[in-house]
Amino acid sequence: MAETSSGGKKKGKGKVKWSKLYTFSCLRPSFDTDQQLLGQPGFSRVVFCNESRLHHLKPHKYPNNYISTTKYNVATFLPKALFEQFRRVANLYFLFAAVLSLTLTSLAPFSPASMVAPLVFVVGISMLKEALEDWHRFLQDLNVNSRKVMVHTGNGLFVEKAWKALCVGDVVKINKNEYFPSDLLLLSSSYEDGLCYVETMNLDGETNLKVKRCLEATLGLDEDSDFQKFKSTIRCEDPNASLYTFVGNLDFENQSYPFGPCQVLLRDSKLRNTDYVFGVVIFTGPDTKVVRNSTRPPSKRSRIERKMDYVIYVLFSILVFISLVNSVGSTLYTDSDSFKWWYLRFQEHKNPFFNPSKPLYSGFLQFVRALILYGYLIPISLYVSIELVKVLQAMLINKDLQMYDEISSKFVEARTSNLNEELGQVEMILSDKTGTLTCNQMEFRKCSIEGISYGGDMNEVDIAASKRMNIDVERYRFSLDGSDSTGRSLEMFEFSAADHASTEKDVLGHEQGAENLGTNDSRIPAFRKESMIKGFNFRDDQLLNKLWIYRSNVSDMVMFFRVMALCHTGIPVDDDDQTGKVMYEAESPEEVCFLIAAQEFGFKFCRRSQSVMVLSELDPSSGLEVERKYKLLNLLEFSSSRKRMSVIVSDENGQIFLLCKGADNIVFDRLADNGRTYQQATTMHLLSYAEDGLRTLVFAYRKVEVNVYERWNSTFTKAKATMGPQREEELENAAAIIEKELILLGAVAVDDKLQDGVPECIDRLAQAGLKIWLLTGDKMETAVNIGYACSLLRHDMKQLHLSLSKEAETSNQVKVMKEDILHQIQSSYDMTIDEKNKEAPFALVVDGKALEIALRSDTRDQFLQLAVSCASVICCRVSPKQKAFITRSVKQHTGKTTLAIGDGANDVGMIQEADIGVGISGMEGMQ
Amino acid sequence: MDAVAMYQFTQQSLPACKPVLTPAWVTTTFFLVGALFIPIGLVSLHASHSVVEIVDRYDSECVPDLFKSNKVVYIKDMSIHKNCSRHLKVHKHMKAPIFIYYQLDNYYQNHRRYVKSRSDQQLLHGLQHNDTSSCTPEESSNGLPIVPCGLIAWSLFNDTYSFSRGTHKLRVNRKNIAWKSDRNHKFGKQVYPFNFQNGTLIGGGKLDPNIPLSDQEDLIVWMRTAALPSFRKLYGRIEEDLNVDDVVVVNLLNNYNTYSFGGTKKLVLSTSSWLGGRNNFLGMAYTSVGFSSILVAFVFLLLHVRNPRPYGDTSCISWNRKSISS
Repeated sequence: MAETSSGGKKKGKGKVKWSKLYTFSCLRPSFDTDQQLLGQPGFSRVVFCNESRLHHLKPHKYPNNYISTTKYNVATFLPKALFEQFRRVANLYFLFAAVLSLTLTSLAPFSPASMVAPLVFVVGISMLKEALEDWHRFLQDLNVNSRKVMVHTGNGLFVEKAWKALCVGDVVKINKNEYFPSDLLLLSSSYEDGLCYVETMNLDGETNLKVKRCLEATLGLDEDSDFQKFKSTIRCEDPNASLYTFVGNLDFENQSYPFGPCQVLLRDSKLRNTDYVFGVVIFTGPDTKVVRNSTRPPSKRSRIERKMDYVIYVLFSILVFISLVNSVGSTLYTDSDSFKWWYLRFQEHKNPFFNPSKPLYSGFLQFVRALILYGYLIPISLYVSIELVKVLQAMLINKDLQMYDEISSKFVEARTSNLNEELGQVEMILSDKTGTLTCNQMEFRKCSIEGISYGGDMNEVDIAASKRMNIDVERYRFSLDGSDSTGRSLEMFEFSAADHASTEKDVLGHEQGAENLGTNDSRIPAFRKESMIKGFNFRDDQLLNKLWIYRSNVSDMVMFFRVMALCHTGIPVDDDDQTGKVMYEAESPEEVCFLIAAQEFGFKFCRRSQSVMVLSELDPSSGLEVERKYKLLNLLEFSSSRKRMSVIVSDENGQIFLLCKGADNIVFDRLADNGRTYQQATTMHLLSYAEDGLRTLVFAYRKVEVNVYERWNSTFTKAKATMGPQREEELENAAAIIEKELILLGAVAVDDKLQDGVPECIDRLAQAGLKIWLLTGDKMETAVNIGYACSLLRHDMKQLHLSLSKEAETSNQVKVMKEDILHQIQSSYDMTIDEKNKEAPFALVVDGKALEIALRSDTRDQFLQLAVSCASVICCRVSPKQKAFITRSVKQHTGKTTLAIGDGANDVGMIQEADIGVGISGMEGMQ
Repeated sequence: MDAVAMYQFTQQSLPACKPVLTPAWVTTTFFLVGALFIPIGLVSLHASHSVVEIVDRYDSECVPDLFKSNKVVYIKDMSIHKNCSRHLKVHKHMKAPIFIYYQLDNYYQNHRRYVKSRSDQQLLHGLQHNDTSSCTPEESSNGLPIVPCGLIAWSLFNDTYSFSRGTHKLRVNRKNIAWKSDRNHKFGKQVYPFNFQNGTLIGGGKLDPNIPLSDQEDLIVWMRTAALPSFRKLYGRIEEDLNVDDVVVVNLLNNYNTYSFGGTKKLVLSTSSWLGGRNNFLGMAYTSVGFSSILVAFVFLLLHVRNPRPYGDTSCISWNRKSISS
């Protein structure tokens, strides 16, 4: 079994035509409008493929592939760096003073050396730092530039060349997991339909793979030798910085083929899951999109630096004031009285500084002299000392053992030494939930099929306990599950039970619980290795021991498991020969977790080939494992707006099914009247799952008649073919047509595990008066539960809820909704003011829709005013864009230092928007 | 270096002792400060008050009536004898040694031009040191260098005083009035005044060219310039007691010109205590600081008694209060 599946996998991988699966992302756009632009200004580039020597001469000479990110070179270093240095006010002042003291020695009150030496020292050190940093960049460049790539040298031979030697028009071959050396036009790939997978993490921070597809004309060029005679001309746009657009035209064998961004492989992205690709170099070095895009991040000047400038201006004005007083006094004295001080002998041997006959001139000289004399009022070494301190701090941060990750053996990395001191001034923390507070390791925990909940063997206690705290559940489960239920874990169970009784001990309990969790957690993995499968924490004998096949209404259960096993985009990757279990890889950890669960339930997803998915099913009637093939007809992808995903498959009998999974409210809206049998029970279960802090998804299916499908398929194909901005919309509409009249099967709940030490960390932050915002895409109930779990919400807190009332929601009028929200905000705010004498902190829970209304410009101020007065804020159902927007508004509204923390691509906006961004490992775009 | 210690050092987690300012500590400290400072201050004040001081301003009285309206002419006229005698009544017993000072007011020894106009090297090495450029405008006259050069020496104070009680003269000790270090290390023992006060403009006193600079103590005292426009300089010591109601007759030569710039001249006779001359500042400072700290201690004590607050109450931290009120 294992052998066949592994063989099939390899073969399958080479053959799958993914283009049919990906409805939303991989279609060739039309070029009708754009093509006309070619040849006009801005679209004048001509590339002769496979004839790179033509590009050594004008007019088609383009820069080579050498890139340089250094700020200076040997010649420009001195003037440029000096210029940078003397842009600082203090340095400029000292330069001025030094020049004065050098040129007019009689004017300076002390020797020029004592003026010049510190300036030289200070500027020298700063420049040395610049030079060192630039040297590091140079070394990095050197490293990148001398990476090797296979380049076609004629006669079908590919030879290794350094990246910098690459020329426009070269044909290159990139192997799996290699970076693209420049912007390429994809000619062909190891897949027979010319697809390849690209990871663009370095470009946009997104870790999911993107699909690129070559032109059909060049599809055949997939052998080294094919390039012997390959010749064509590309006309395309001039180099620009836009990552997502491209207009080009390939002249090949006297025919012209337009191509777009889908055929262009960008430098610094990585080839994944594809054995090799061939490409033609279009843009090199400084012309590539990524280099064009790499504007140096605007140096975030820290508050202390701004303050320093301010201080220096103040000091300078004090200096000028003192000098002015000095010179005016001197002038007055020199003017009127000086002759009578006979012992000073002003009248003879004229000293320009005390010349009674020219008092004004003397006064001016005194002024200049005083400026120089009192110059030490301005601290010349301030910048340098602060810079040195910061560099040292960054070093210490990087070397901090407590922030050392043993698993990846990585230290924390402070990307810039500029912002260290801001860390101590953070007043707002905006946090993502998934991957930040929680591990993003999904565990299949519970499911509800046909209105019966499974995996709830500890239901009563579970629910009661989790109402207070998720941790207790965790611990309780451990002590129950525990093959090593030692005295300690039992003790903890007792403790958690005692905790229910006494509400007063609440806070104390949280802390202790948090501490215990740390010690507890280390034992869980070890325990899991023996008896548990990663991502699967489910105990129910009925389901696991195949007892369910003796039940009456088996067909729906089978359907449920089929949805679980079929409705996904994952691929089996790895066979464990000993157990015969398959490992999976998919876009989201949830899917992996479903696949693993399905496998445990006896519905193993074995392999997927071109549009066929093979399941090894448990046949309920016989109790035996049967291998069944399902033909994948359509895949309606998951998107954040749709919040559901469906596949349309036909089984071996030609029966067409639509299998759908999605968020509960979405799916419930689309149920058929006869599909609501279990709705009530399922809703109840969903509620209780959500209260446990579990993520829930609802499964449903629909039988589709063949003729219905045919009809729909034609509309869908039409929608697929439309181009331009409406395309997405059309596709969504088309998908919505078929995704209705569903029959509810049940729901699943997966657990998102909390990270170690999160509750105690949050507790301490809260004690220090930091305000914590949790921005999550989850449901309100889940978010609130996670909030309790990580002690973001406490029972002594007053909770304020902000959500649209039913009437307002149904009326669906912006004005009504706005009024509703405004009213809620006002009343909540009044409450915070009224009860200010009581020592209860407030927590605000905002629903996504309410947030959308509240963040409109006219209500934003009131909303933020309310939100800022609360100790913690939880925003549910937030989109990435809203996250960034919230961060920006909070920053602007309060003027306080904000820190954003997150890991996923959806947090990038938020992280960049905040004063300090903390990215969790592997993230790009960190500042 | 020990890695753990280094780590603790760099992470600022070395064991440390931090004083916590509890109310008890603060009030006790303030009380202690008060209890210590007030006695010190009182003792100092007493010492200062035990000093007997006679101050006599003589610059206007010593000008004959004829010249009252034009003192500058009088003082500049070398032909007029500048003799003057003053009668000082001792109102309290004065114990020897009695210090004789002259006090000048509105005299700017601290002017930059004045202060810089000297050559320390020349004062130590005499004519061997040639560079006297710093001494302008009094560096040379008639083409010859001046020793001691500079405006300070040139404007040397030259009033003289002699004292008698009844018929017998009081002996005035004029030795050891300058700093010992100045005499030994700053003014040369082999340096004799040369070409001094020979120019067209004659400033102040003249010097005996046969006495080395290190023994010209009047000059040494004068050349240690005063920081404020009103200053006293030591003239000599009377080494016998003066009794109550004694009348001391001072015969003085009123030579020095303070009239052109409106300065005043005073003669001061003063005894000394263990704290020096008459000066209330130290005593006042000590007593006032002592009294105010006791006052503060009482205020804190009252505050603490009226509004006691448990130690380490987090609800009183600013942000916790703010989060509710704002």
